[in-house]
Amino acid sequence: MAEMTYRDAINLALKEEMRRDPSVVVLGEDVALYEGSFKVTRGLLSEFGEERVKDTPISENTIIGVAVGAAMGGLRPVAELMTVNFALLAMDQIVNHMAKIHYMFGGQATVPMTIRMPGGGGSQLGAQHSQSLETFFMHCPGMRVLYPATPADAKGLLKSAIRDNNPVIFLEHELLYNSKGEVPEDSEFLVPIGKAAVKRPGEQVTIVAYARMTVLALQAAEELAKEGISCEVVDLRSLAPLDDDTIMASVKKTGRAVVVEECWRTCGLGAEIASRIFENCFDLLQAPVRRVSGLDVPMPYSRKIEKLCIPQAETIVQAVKDVVNGHY
Amino acid sequence: METKLRMVLPDQELLRLYEQMFLSREFEEHCAEQYTKGNITGFLHLYSGQEAVAVGATAGLHKEDYILSAYREHAQAIVRGADPKRVMAELFGKATGLCKGKGGSMHLFDPSLNFMGGYAIVGGQFPISVGLAFSAKYRNEDRITACFFGDGAVNQGTFHESLNWAQLWELPVLFICENNFYGIGTEVHRSSALASIHRRTCGYDIPSEKVDGMDVIAVYKAVKYAAEKVRETGRPYFIEATTYRFRGHSMSDPGKYRSAAEHELWKSRDPLPSFAKRLLEEGIATRQTLDAVEARCKAKVEEAVTFAEESPWPEDSEVYSDIYV
Ligand SMILES: Cc1ncc(C[n+]2csc(CCOP(=O)(O)OP(=O)(O)O)c2C)c(N)n1
Ligand SMILES: [Mg+2]
Repeated sequence: MAEMTYRDAINLALKEEMRRDPSVVVLGEDVALYEGSFKVTRGLLSEFGEERVKDTPISENTIIGVAVGAAMGGLRPVAELMTVNFALLAMDQIVNHMAKIHYMFGGQATVPMTIRMPGGGGSQLGAQHSQSLETFFMHCPGMRVLYPATPADAKGLLKSAIRDNNPVIFLEHELLYNSKGEVPEDSEFLVPIGKAAVKRPGEQVTIVAYARMTVLALQAAEELAKEGISCEVVDLRSLAPLDDDTIMASVKKTGRAVVVEECWRTCGLGAEIASRIFENCFDLLQAPVRRVSGLDVPMPYSRKIEKLCIPQAETIVQAVKDVVNGHY
Repeated sequence: METKLRMVLPDQELLRLYEQMFLSREFEEHCAEQYTKGNITGFLHLYSGQEAVAVGATAGLHKEDYILSAYREHAQAIVRGADPKRVMAELFGKATGLCKGKGGSMHLFDPSLNFMGGYAIVGGQFPISVGLAFSAKYRNEDRITACFFGDGAVNQGTFHESLNWAQLWELPVLFICENNFYGIGTEVHRSSALASIHRRTCGYDIPSEKVDGMDVIAVYKAVKYAAEKVRETGRPYFIEATTYRFRGHSMSDPGKYRSAAEHELWKSRDPLPSFAKRLLEEGIATRQTLDAVEARCKAKVEEAVTFAEESPWPEDSEVYSDIYV
């Protein structure tokens, strides 16, 4: 184990996989010489050279399409989109091509590629740079969607993503890059895709969260424990496929659930998870499932009101109390 | 003066070009019939009229070269070597189809032939072609990537992004525009500010040329030259082949936006009879030889239809297979 930041854990995963497999290449805007706009690709160019670490034009749709073609041709590209917001320019290659090719060609082509995308709100970057689009990707079959909360999961999941033979969307939260945690140094440390993790065991309420929301959920659980409310925090880690088993096992135990999502509420992943809980655990529920969501608004700039749009530890605390006290 | 055919290719090869064009035409005309019968459903875009492009171009490429195309690609696949039986079965939606009935008319694919797919999003194949060329270069493979597309596709962002990228990264991509002068019902000069498509590559300093896409030999020569250039330089090259589709955009299009006179003019340049005439005139084939070739193609396509008719439907469980590896 070594203590490192989420950023360095991702960087280490990239380096380890590039050392392990010469078919892994990294491409994206400013990933090589500039070492990434969030410095996640630091040291890659100097270690692996410009054959394998490639700056690209500002052509998001083509970045993804080139990665798709390269993957079909036998490489394992890791494309970085500078931020998730720009993925919207690449939705054609992501949804119409990357996620369809294996199926529509009858299983004859595989697309083993990963797209890394920093994202999330909370840095006063305004409406066009603060989005949480995870649900957009989850909606589409044919690709995996991962979103780690801790440095260890970031490392282990990214390594699994790169080794996976399916297309993987790997989301990174911009506000977690400097967060620290213990990370296994073993270069064979992998976190399985499709497995959630119980990050804090508890008895009365299940809080389902992911990425930065997991960090807030853990803070909330800590607060609530002081008031005698015991929460179990399930960190999804994989948004697609969702780990129904872990979610349901927890909710069956606690009988109550709060789902925390940074994305917009309408048709968000919270709605999906809530409905799965209702379908699977209705008889055992002691309260309706509660959602804590990003507000259905474009993100405002001013930090005073931006805060209102993103779930906070306090809003989670309140939601849990409501659920426990029967205030729905 | 036209060059003598024998100076370009040996007799057998010339006859093979004719056979491939005839097979393509025959295949497409049978598709139309099977569509009317309800055996083929969905979108169906036929290639009749454009055969000289696929046939001439494919002959100018190596077997190792990747080929990608749009949704009007039955002939591209068949000329490359795909079994007409399995292509027809794909159009019927049968389990024996090239893609198990999951792709359909617009999504043919055969990796054993390096036929890397038909794509139905206009311009979707540009970046993928660039990516395949990148992987080939990275892996030191001796192959280029031939990317076919229509005149309508050149106004997509991916066209410009991919031309720029291929040149910037020095990738062996041969771009082949099949300019049939219409994107559905919109004529080129109504969609492109510069209607001379091959000239649009100057912004990326990619050499380009225009060729008569109704002349299989002209296409062959141009593509062969271009492919060698791409191989030699490792850089992209661009060909615009002017051609015409004799049918509507798809089966649902009666084609009212084109004048009868225009249609007749192009019909008079039909690549099949004009090539047959040259083969006869230059003593490469007799009428009997051509009759035999034509009969063979007809039999092949009829066999394909029977095969498709008799093939089983996909199992219901196929719905869930091939989503993930
Ligand atoms: C992105 C996208 N926009 C629109 C369409 C609908 N569409 C299908 S074919 C076509 C015309 C394309 O024309 P062209 O590239 O010249 O090819 P052709 O049909 O002439 O072979 C259009 C607009 C589509 N399939 N994809
Ligand atoms: Mg056209």
